[in-house]
Amino acid sequence: MAKYIGKRLLQMIPVLLGLTFLTFLLLYLSPGDPAEKKLKAQGVAVSDEIVEQVREEMGLNRPFLVQYADWLVSALHGDLGTSYKDERPVAEKLADGMGNTLLLSLASLFLALIVSVPLALYTAVRKNRFSDYLIRFLSFIGNSVPSFLLSVLLIYFFCIRLKWFPVIAKGTVQGLFLPTLALAIPLISRFIRQFRAEFLEQLSQEYVTGARVRGVKEHLILFCNVLHNSMMPILTIVGLSVGTLMGGSVVIETIFMWPGLGKLVMDSITARDYPVIQGFVILMAVLYVGINLAIDICYRVFDPRTRDAR
Amino acid sequence: MTSKKKAKKRTIFFAVLALLLVVVSILAPWLCPNDPNATNALYMKAAPCRQFPFGTDSLGRCVCSRVLMGARTSVFSALLLVAITFLIGTVLGMLCGFYGGILDTIVMRLADTMLAFPQMVLAIAVAGILGGGMGNAMAALGITGWTLYARLARSQVLAIKKEPYILAARLGGCSDTKILFRHLLPNILPPLLVNATTQIGVTMMGFAGLSFLGLGVQLPNAEWGSMINEARGYMQLAPWAVLAPGAAMVLTVMIFNYLGDSVQDLMDVKAERR
Repeated sequence: MAKYIGKRLLQMIPVLLGLTFLTFLLLYLSPGDPAEKKLKAQGVAVSDEIVEQVREEMGLNRPFLVQYADWLVSALHGDLGTSYKDERPVAEKLADGMGNTLLLSLASLFLALIVSVPLALYTAVRKNRFSDYLIRFLSFIGNSVPSFLLSVLLIYFFCIRLKWFPVIAKGTVQGLFLPTLALAIPLISRFIRQFRAEFLEQLSQEYVTGARVRGVKEHLILFCNVLHNSMMPILTIVGLSVGTLMGGSVVIETIFMWPGLGKLVMDSITARDYPVIQGFVILMAVLYVGINLAIDICYRVFDPRTRDAR
Repeated sequence: MTSKKKAKKRTIFFAVLALLLVVVSILAPWLCPNDPNATNALYMKAAPCRQFPFGTDSLGRCVCSRVLMGARTSVFSALLLVAITFLIGTVLGMLCGFYGGILDTIVMRLADTMLAFPQMVLAIAVAGILGGGMGNAMAALGITGWTLYARLARSQVLAIKKEPYILAARLGGCSDTKILFRHLLPNILPPLLVNATTQIGVTMMGFAGLSFLGLGVQLPNAEWGSMINEARGYMQLAPWAVLAPGAAMVLTVMIFNYLGDSVQDLMDVKAERR
């Protein structure tokens, strides 16, 4: 097992190198000279002399690959550069927003799971009955509504029409409810479809027929066998949806003024504060890769069958 | 057998609906009841009436006309992007599978790296750094989009390039190009096309999301995402300015998603999901 984990970690190295390289490249895609942009973001009058001085300070006159290596080494030490806007370390800014984003994402994920697992199990059992069609149709609609539209509609109904929630509630528990819902609904719709397929797959297995023949109670089969055996595939689906969650949180935090990473990155885009955008991308990508790697390893640990494969 | 027939009927039904949408978006300039960009100070935030079927926005522009013109932007940009990523991905993947070697290694490692990014996060960052605009938004979404087709095409080519009929074609004196496009391509096309169809709805939502954030289509061009963003500030006064583009968006995405699902059932191919 340790050997497998070691191997997987080694395999991650080229991906992480490529990932950091592309993210580093992002900054160079941006139109204009970084030194000039930094000065502009700070509102300093730009002259050739000052720009040249800042270029030297920022190490922009060195070869590209040297700059990358240098940046990578500092990034490994947790130093993602400083913000153009207020000269604060990017890592510090990201750490500030991280807590709120994590809270929002975990709350949505939790809500999505407690709603979608029972519903998916129910639709799988009631396959091709009316309730199955209804739930699947609703989840289909949920899959086709973009999260920004959903957020705007939620605000309209709950804040403006019903006046249940304040329109802007920065980081309070009350303010957590609507963004969580907006982030969870697309996930729920997606999970119901994917979990249902997984449960149906399990229900068609021979062990289910065997248990039925032996007279095991149907609910015991469902909750003990089927649910248990679907755990790992469910975890994999959840891992893959983390990327959607990250993208969705940018949109939703912006709409609900939730002070997390997503709002930080949108503010940074408006302010042309490129190092922060870069830091955000690298953080999200590393998290995404890390989470999915962890799930893969869990798969190996909990499901001995996958160990023999390959 | 009957389920196959059902799937066929459904596919035709949704294909016709999708085609209808494309036709409407082509004819949009002639279907508009009013000039989509003309402002009218007398009719600001006016409720739906005979002259303005879906009302007007804060500048007195006809929401109905703007929704119709927005269909053009949304449908065409999504179709175009899917077509471009499909072409690039398929050709790259086929070349990788067929020739292998250093090209294969480089392209596939690049694809692995692209897949390590959450798609919307990268798209927002790229569009944010490049600045808004249709071309940049396309690049931002396409930068990860091609990997789906490349990986699929590659694995399909690897699976069938050792088949006797490919060997026969080679012995018959076919050039590489001819083998690739006359013999391999037709055989690997169905799963690729199914995947492309399922991507249309997702791509459309991605575009609208970028436009909503101000990173896609620039004003005054009409686009559903940016219309919703503009109008959400005065939603309590003129809900139609949000609801009309919103409903159009959901309906369109649903039609394309249903089309993707039915094609999957029809061809018996499971599309990859991210």
